[in-house]
Amino acid sequence: MTTLWWAIAAVCAGCYALKLAGLAAPRQVLDHPSVRRFAELVPVALLGALIAVQVFTEEGGLSVDPARTAGLGAAVVALLLRAPFLVVLAAAAAVTALVRIFLG
Amino acid sequence: MDQTTHRSAAVRDGLGVGLAVGLSGLAFGAAAVTAGLTVPQACVLSLLAFTGASQFALTGAVGAGGDLVAASLGALLLGGRNTLYGLRLADLLRVRGPRRLLAAQGVIDETTAVALAQPTPEAARTGFVTTFAGLYVTWNLTTLAGAFGTSSLGDPAMLGLDVVGPAAFLAILWPRLTGSAELRGLAAAAAVIALCATPFFPPGVPVLLSAVAVLVVMVR
Repeated sequence: MTTLWWAIAAVCAGCYALKLAGLAAPRQVLDHPSVRRFAELVPVALLGALIAVQVFTEEGGLSVDPARTAGLGAAVVALLLRAPFLVVLAAAAAVTALVRIFLG
Repeated sequence: MDQTTHRSAAVRDGLGVGLAVGLSGLAFGAAAVTAGLTVPQACVLSLLAFTGASQFALTGAVGAGGDLVAASLGALLLGGRNTLYGLRLADLLRVRGPRRLLAAQGVIDETTAVALAQPTPEAARTGFVTTFAGLYVTWNLTTLAGAFGTSSLGDPAMLGLDVVGPAAFLAILWPRLTGSAELRGLAAAAAVIALCATPFFPPGVPVLLSAVAVLVVMVR
């Protein structure tokens, strides 16, 4: 529990420092095209990986949980229908919960 | 006259985005408690880290029983895009000293989007401040409500709350995916790398390894 607090403190301090760095940095240091491109691409890779890991792994192994998979599918449908952010999340959670009820 | 119109349009944009997006703090609070964080821990993250994707990333890895160092690094890598936003905003906001320290906390996706969409520098500043204020207040109140509500429920998995984190990531990612085949390929490659690495590394590390896909795209 205490270690978790340390991780939270590190993330809070680090996230603030990253924001301040952009406002305070001398332009030339970070405004290089390849740095800019790297910073645009990294979140896309990380978010893709996070989705895959949180939906399709369990306790260090690959696993397909039908309920979570269906929930993610519902999110895709909601996004295709241009639903607002909260509706996307609610649809995903509702479908996941329903599948769990039906599969026991 | 034009100046006032621009500024009141900026206030409207800012408050609208701030309040609407701020509501998703409910989802963060719920996801954090589902992952095993306490209510105070969820609230401290929203108050001090105040950048949604990083917060969801940390709590997701904690929920998977992950390595905390890797989980924190993943959250910080995601937070790196705020540095870029800061660079873009520095010229518009022109803040110095203590005001810069305060403004820095507000440098995130939504405030940048609203500020950069305004027609004049004054309107951009107004848009930044109102989005920041509206979003900060709502995001923190809804985090508290979501965390508190979830901690008084029975089993969060029965309500499907474990899928809220991935669904949030997908919603954040979506506009970039629809706009570019290259980014779709990158996200898919990163997902495959992370899944392949999962059996061999502690949780949190596979997500970091997926950043290798970025280097491949850049070298190409």
